[in-house]
Amino acid sequence: MAEKAEAAEGSTAAGRSDSSPSASQAAIEVKDLTKYYVDFLAVDNISFDVREGEILGFLGPNGAGKSTTIRILTCFMPASSGVVKVAGYDVFTQSLDVRRQIGYMPENTPLYPEMRVREYLMFRATIKGVSRARRRSRVGEIVSLCGISEVENKIIGQLSKGYRQRVGLADALIADPRILVLDEPLASLDPNQQQMAKKLIKELRGKHTIIFSTHILADVEEVADRMIIIDRGRLVGAGTPDEFARRFESERHLRIEVAGPRAEVQQTIQAVPGVKSVEVAEHDGLVVLKVRSEAAKDVREEVARAVLTKNWGLREIRSERMELAEIFARLTTATH
Amino acid sequence: MVNLWALYRRETNSVFLSPIVYIFTTVFLVVTGFFFYVYVRDAQTASLRWVFSNIGIILLFFAPAITMRLLAEEGRSGTLETLMTAPVTEIQVVLGKFFAGLTFYLVMLAPTLAYILILRVVAGEVGIDYGPILSAYLGLLLMGGLFISIGLFFSSLTRNQIVAFAITLAVFLLLWVLGMISRDKSGPVHEVIKYIGMFEHIDAFVKGLIDTRDILYYVSATLFFLFLTVRSVESRKWR
Repeated sequence: MAEKAEAAEGSTAAGRSDSSPSASQAAIEVKDLTKYYVDFLAVDNISFDVREGEILGFLGPNGAGKSTTIRILTCFMPASSGVVKVAGYDVFTQSLDVRRQIGYMPENTPLYPEMRVREYLMFRATIKGVSRARRRSRVGEIVSLCGISEVENKIIGQLSKGYRQRVGLADALIADPRILVLDEPLASLDPNQQQMAKKLIKELRGKHTIIFSTHILADVEEVADRMIIIDRGRLVGAGTPDEFARRFESERHLRIEVAGPRAEVQQTIQAVPGVKSVEVAEHDGLVVLKVRSEAAKDVREEVARAVLTKNWGLREIRSERMELAEIFARLTTATH
Repeated sequence: MVNLWALYRRETNSVFLSPIVYIFTTVFLVVTGFFFYVYVRDAQTASLRWVFSNIGIILLFFAPAITMRLLAEEGRSGTLETLMTAPVTEIQVVLGKFFAGLTFYLVMLAPTLAYILILRVVAGEVGIDYGPILSAYLGLLLMGGLFISIGLFFSSLTRNQIVAFAITLAVFLLLWVLGMISRDKSGPVHEVIKYIGMFEHIDAFVKGLIDTRDILYYVSATLFFLFLTVRSVESRKWR
């Protein structure tokens, strides 16, 4: 993706930024953020930046502390310690200023079920400071942008989950905020709705700085310029999807498909010099092996020769990067 | 101010869309109507004193139904999060809800104005003294403010409307009974209890006496509970 290149450039400092207060190009600065719920440590000393205009995927298994972090960014609750600045304003001491910069869609999109869509958006536009003169036309724009024109006079309580989610997104966008914070915006949508939501988020690129959380890696890969991964309240990784893959370059492995007797094939390949480990599976009558070599040594030729001397059919041999999903699983310990 | 008005309007619409309050209003009017009927039938004075005293006590049972959902429901459904992350202050949110609750309280009370017309017909030549009636309504308004602020406070403490209703009712009953215990007693302890008792202060209004001490009692107690409610909504930040 071309648009990812730009973000990848300066992201070596990803995760921990040493930016001084004057470096205000960061839309969100999080420094040494810690949050305790009584005794429970929900967020453990994390630091990261969100750059102006980028889409940041905030990734982590359920219960990792994503929503807690987001609630601190959006001034719903304060941090136990650490500093969070949004658009240069401190979330604790300049809460109202921060909230004027943010459009926030909480997890599960809470809405007032008894209100009509249009009435709700008018109300939200008012309290978010959209001027009286602009309100009506702004609601009209946002209703068509989010594809909810056909339900704008319906009662929210009667809407499907997909529409409710879009009403939530419309609310987040209504005051044209500099920063958009979306907590699990894709959860509980069906695949078609997810595609539409992702498309919409991509369309907003450049108009807003966007941070969205998810526990699904594929969403981040598809939509985000950069991602940060947290697990059990700790930051375990930050960077572009490419950077993650590169970081785990040494974890390259070979994928080999062989037509031959399973046990024997495994033995033979295991015996090739330089081969560290072999995982075997069977697929459509073929033996599929995942071979890791010592110190990233390329053992393709040796492996191929070993297979051919035994007269087995070599269907495929390929050097593969570690999948992001595997990286994610490696970095995070909890199951999801 | 724009925010407060928007919050008040949303809240008022929401209260008026909730079916339970209509049921309660109907029952309220049936009960007070019965009292009024009995009074007009049996009493020979063209005054509503006895009726107003009773209306105050009946409202005690109905006011918690107005306030129970105001904040508890925001907590339960999670809309408190969308609300408090918009650029509005806790004070605006609490006042918006308070005035919406008070509006409904007054709407519930409004049909009782018909009693005055009926009384006028019944009284005929004798005529009625409007003074005590006006002061009684002022008293009911002030007491309503206190009802709503106490109810709002307990609604802010829980996510369960029924719990909010029950606790609010229990507190109202306590404040009522307290006053009764010390009604005919004297001594410093009883004086204090009498002062706290919510209904000891409505009596004067019903009699036609507007005493600044009573006004001060209702206004200050209302402000106190509004203050507690604001702190309670903020309390998510201290946990």
